[in-house]
Amino acid sequence: MQQTIKRIIFFSLLIIGWQAAVRILEVSPALMPAPTDVIEELVKGFSDKTLIYDVLASFRRLAIGLGAAIIIGVGLGILLAKNKTADETLGTMVLALQSVPSIVWLPIAIMWFGLNEKAVTFIVILGATLVITINMRMGIKNVSPLYIRAAQTMGSKGIDLFVKVIFPASIPYAVTGIRLGWAFAWRALMAGEILSTGPGLGYTLKYASDFGNMKMVIGIMIIIGVIGTIVDILFFQRVERNVLRRWGLETNN
Amino acid sequence: MFLHINNLNKQFFNQNSTSTVLSDINLEIKEGEFVSILGPSGCGKSTLLSIVAGLTKPSAGEILLNGQKITKPGKDRGMVFQQAALFPWLNVEDNVMFPLRKEMKKAEAREVAHRYLKMVQLSNYTKHSVHELSGGMQQRVAIARALSMNPKVLLMDEPFGALDEQTRSRLHHELEKIWLETRKTILFVTHSISESIKLSDRIVVMGTRPGIVLEDIQVKIPRPRANHPQAVTKLEEKIMGLLQSEIDKVVKEELAYAANN
Repeated sequence: MQQTIKRIIFFSLLIIGWQAAVRILEVSPALMPAPTDVIEELVKGFSDKTLIYDVLASFRRLAIGLGAAIIIGVGLGILLAKNKTADETLGTMVLALQSVPSIVWLPIAIMWFGLNEKAVTFIVILGATLVITINMRMGIKNVSPLYIRAAQTMGSKGIDLFVKVIFPASIPYAVTGIRLGWAFAWRALMAGEILSTGPGLGYTLKYASDFGNMKMVIGIMIIIGVIGTIVDILFFQRVERNVLRRWGLETNN
Repeated sequence: MFLHINNLNKQFFNQNSTSTVLSDINLEIKEGEFVSILGPSGCGKSTLLSIVAGLTKPSAGEILLNGQKITKPGKDRGMVFQQAALFPWLNVEDNVMFPLRKEMKKAEAREVAHRYLKMVQLSNYTKHSVHELSGGMQQRVAIARALSMNPKVLLMDEPFGALDEQTRSRLHHELEKIWLETRKTILFVTHSISESIKLSDRIVVMGTRPGIVLEDIQVKIPRPRANHPQAVTKLEEKIMGLLQSEIDKVVKEELAYAANN
């Protein structure tokens, strides 16, 4: 709980400092609004439900995109781990594509799908799939040979060996892959929404920026950060820690 | 005879050198016998066990179990490794049921699993996760898992090598009890002389580079052997004498290797 108290004090000081700086230096709200203005704007946005709709719209795309990315990524990762030729050809392409930020696909995605949800979802899928693929491939390749040998002495082989031993043994890597996939997907989603269309948090941010409403821009930035942190800490880190502990892979304590 | 090992050879090929790990191994093992395979590290004793398990292919020779040639792993040979190799995504009971799930109904498999978990005194831990157990407990689950498929032979590859002294000694006692109860044929690989004397009917002493059978010793000391310390010490000294030259050989080779690199 020490930790929580330190965090509360830190963020309180940060907000007070920000408020004081804006008020004392009389910064124009078009450059930097004060925290109180941002809070007021957020309260307004949530009470007339526009921000709630935005959050829900963004989450809907994220869920569809990440869901598809998990299915494709896991499948592709297994293929690369199991098939040498696929690994040497397709695997190299996956690595190459991984170094291209998914948002650069947006222009072509808009040409293919139109300026709509589909283009953004495509960017989200692309952003998350590759990192999930790479982790899944590593997970399958790094399964302890001891598990495989033990399973073989118990009469397991072929598909049964894969489904009952190799795949479950690779779960820790898959979880890490999905956690990274979520982070990539979240960034890709925001970039996609800013550059394309709404509703959604990114789109509303762009809209507010076009009207010089910096209170809203910063408000949405805060929402994006808070959601990202909450999902990562409260969900993914917990799941990852539990899996690592159970699989006996935890390094400290 | 029950388990025949005939003219077994095993070579490993590196880039440009061939190393002979096992050379002309011949062994005949009777049903119900507790046989230790004893030797210094690098004598190929684990490779020999792995070939019996069907996990490694021999370069020449063959192994017959009840007249059947061994070519691949099978449930007639249960194996216990140095690490417990339990599956962490399954609880204790499901681990023991793993080899049974195809040949019997779930309720029946659970009953069998509980029977063997009781034998290794872990009845109270059926629903525990693997990571909640100590190393010794994990190894006991591994033994229960291997026994649950009712194998003809139980293969044990330094099963207590990674445990602390007290735990090891308790497990020796438990294994002896299990063996007296089930009369399974056990092939037990170890580098500990006292462990082999404490447990087995027969000790196959192996020499190193290439791995050969130095001597095949029948242990005629009545059980429990702790009651006959003099006979045990005498046998220990005899085996120590056999192995001393082998250990010297390994040390010399390793020093020569270190000097050349």
